[in-house]
Amino acid sequence: MNKTTQTALLLVVAAALIAAPFYLGAYSLTLLGRVLALSIAALGICVVWGRTGILSLGQGLFFGLGGYALAMHLKLAATAKGELPDFMVYNGVENLPWFWKPFASAPFALAMVLILPALAAGLVAWLMFRRRITGVYVSIITQALVLAFVTWLNGSQGLTSGTNGITDFQTFLGIDLRSSGAAGEAVTHGLYWVTLLILGVCMAGTNWLLRTHFGSLLTAIQGNENRVRFLGYNPAAYKIAAFAFGGLLSGLSGALYTVHLGTISPAMIGVTFSIELVVWVALGGRASIVGAVGGMVAGQLAKDKISSAVPDAWLYIMGALFVLVVLVLPQGVAGLLNRRRAAGVAEVDTGRADLPLPSPSKTGEQA
Amino acid sequence: MDPVFLSGQLFTGLSVASLLLLTALGLALSFGLMRVINMAHGEFLMIGGYLTFIAAKVAGPGFLWLAFPLAFVGTALLGALLEATVIRRLYGRPLDTLLATWGISLILQQGARQIFGSTGVPVTAPDWLNGAVTVHGGPLDSLTFPYVRLFVIVLSALVLGGMWLLLSRSRFGMHVRAVNQNREMAAALGVNTRQLDMLVFALGAGIAGIAGVGLALLSPVNPAVGSAYIVNAFLVVVVGGVGSVLGAGAAALLLGFTTALAEGLTSSSLAQAIMLILVVAFLQWKPKGLIPTRSRALEDA
Repeated sequence: MNKTTQTALLLVVAAALIAAPFYLGAYSLTLLGRVLALSIAALGICVVWGRTGILSLGQGLFFGLGGYALAMHLKLAATAKGELPDFMVYNGVENLPWFWKPFASAPFALAMVLILPALAAGLVAWLMFRRRITGVYVSIITQALVLAFVTWLNGSQGLTSGTNGITDFQTFLGIDLRSSGAAGEAVTHGLYWVTLLILGVCMAGTNWLLRTHFGSLLTAIQGNENRVRFLGYNPAAYKIAAFAFGGLLSGLSGALYTVHLGTISPAMIGVTFSIELVVWVALGGRASIVGAVGGMVAGQLAKDKISSAVPDAWLYIMGALFVLVVLVLPQGVAGLLNRRRAAGVAEVDTGRADLPLPSPSKTGEQA
Repeated sequence: MDPVFLSGQLFTGLSVASLLLLTALGLALSFGLMRVINMAHGEFLMIGGYLTFIAAKVAGPGFLWLAFPLAFVGTALLGALLEATVIRRLYGRPLDTLLATWGISLILQQGARQIFGSTGVPVTAPDWLNGAVTVHGGPLDSLTFPYVRLFVIVLSALVLGGMWLLLSRSRFGMHVRAVNQNREMAAALGVNTRQLDMLVFALGAGIAGIAGVGLALLSPVNPAVGSAYIVNAFLVVVVGGVGSVLGAGAAALLLGFTTALAEGLTSSSLAQAIMLILVVAFLQWKPKGLIPTRSRALEDA
C-alpha cells in the first residue's frame, strides 16, 4: 500500500468511527467503546514491545492501577457523605483507609489515573533496567508483579472489595451514569466520543513521540542495546522512560474501561488479561501503531462474537491463533502489509540458536 | 509464634517446594539449554495429575506402580510432540516461544475442562500413605507429618538426585552441559543438538508428569492447576540461575519456606504477594540468580 491509499483508508475508518453512534445499536456501541478504550493500552505495548523490544506481561498491573484509581473515586462519589462504601461496611472496616481519602477529590483521582501507573511502571522499570535485567526475565518478573497485585487485591476484602471488585457507580463529574432514555443515550454517546477522542490524541502523540530522536533511540535499543551504550547513551534511562509511558497509557486505558464497564475487579486485570493484550497487539503488528490498535479492536470484537456464539470453542480458537500468529506472522498483519519492513525483519527473525554463524543483528530478540 | 505451628508451616512449605522444584526442573532444562519459555509446562503437571487419576480408576488402590510410568511416558511423549511441531520452529526467538506455548496451554486447559470437567477430580492415596508421624513430648509435642507429604518430599529429592547424577555423570549429561555452554562448539564436535533438544524437552515434560502424581496425591486435580504453578515455577528458575539444577533446588526451598513463613505471619494471599515482591528485590541483589552460569559473552540472557 502506498502512502496516499493508507491516509485515505485511515480517514474513512476515522469517519466511520466518529459516526458510529448514529448507525450502531446500543450493545454494539458499548462494545466498540470498551474495545477502543483497551486499544489505548495496545499503544503502550506498541511502544514498549514493538519499538523497544521489552515484552511486558504485566500491563494489567498498570491498567488496574488506573482503573482502581478512578473506581475508588466513583465509589466514594456514589457513597453518602460520612458513610463508608458498602463493601467496607460488610467487612467490618470502621474508618476509611488512608489511601482512599484523597480519592474523594475528582481532580486528584483523575491525576492519579495518569500519575500512579506511570510512577509504578517507572519504578518497576528502574528496578529492572538499572541491573540490566533483560528479555524473558523482564517478562517473567512483570508477570509475577501482576500476579502479586491481583493476589493482594483478592486477599484485601475490606480495603479493595476483593474478588468482587468495585462496582455500583452512579455519577462521574456530576454526570449521572445510570440515566435512561434520551439522557442515557446522550451519556453513552458522549462517553463513546470522549473515548474515541482520547484514543485519537494518544495515537497522534505516540506517533509523534516515535518520530523524535527519543523514538529512534528506542528502535536502536531493540536492534542492539550494547551499540547504543557504546555510542554514549544510557539505554536504561530510555527504557525506563518508554516503560513509564507505556504504563501511563495502560492506566488511562484502564480508567476508561472501568467507566465503560461500570466495574473493575482483579479477574479483569490478571495474568490472562495481560497476556491477551500482548497477543492481540502481536496479531495486528506490534511495531505499528495502526497494527497494534487494529489488532486489539479486531481481536476483542472477535472474542466477543465467537465466545458468545460457541463458548466452548473460544479457548481452542484463541490458543490456535496464538500459535499461528507466532509461527506464520511474527510481525503481525501490519508486517505482512508493509512488505519492505517485513523483508527486513524476516532476516532478523529467522536467526536460529544453532546456526553456526550468528549474525549480530539477531541479538536484540535473543537478549 | 508457636513452635509447633511454625514447624508445621515449614513442613508444608517443604512439600509445596518439592512439587515446585519438580515443575521447575523441566523449565530450567529447556530454558537453560534451548532458551525456550514454555508456558504450557504447567499443563504437563496437570496432565500428569489426570493420568494419575486414570491410573487410580484402572488399577485400584495400589495404582502408584502404574501412575508413575504412565504419567512420565505420557507427558514426555506429549513434550516430544510439542517440540517437533511448534518449539522446533521457534529456536532463537524466546519471546515468541512464550506466546506460542501460552496458546498451547489454553488449548490443553480447555481440553481438560471438556474431558474431566472444571471441578477437581480427587485421587485417593493408597492405604499405606494414609496416616502420619506424630511427635510426642518435647517442645514440638503433637506435631504431625502426614505420610503423603513425606512421600512427595522424598520423591522430589530422588528425582533431583537422579537428575544431578544424569547431568554430571552420564554421557548424555555431558552433552547437555556442552550444548548449554556453547551450542555451536558442541555441534561442531559432533553432538546431535537437534536430537538432544527433543530429548531434553521430553525429559523435562516427563518430570513435570511425575510432579503431577505428587500433586494428585495432595489435592484434587483441576484444569487451572497448571497456571497456578507456572509463574512460581518460573520464579524458581530465575532465582536459581538459569540452567542450574542445584540452583533450582535451592530456589524452590527458598521460595517454599518464604511463602510458608509469610503465610504463618499474615494471610495466604498477602504471603504470595510478599514472596513475589521479595523475588524482585532479590534480583536487584543478584540479577543472574543464586548460581549464575558464567559466560564471557556480552549478550547472555
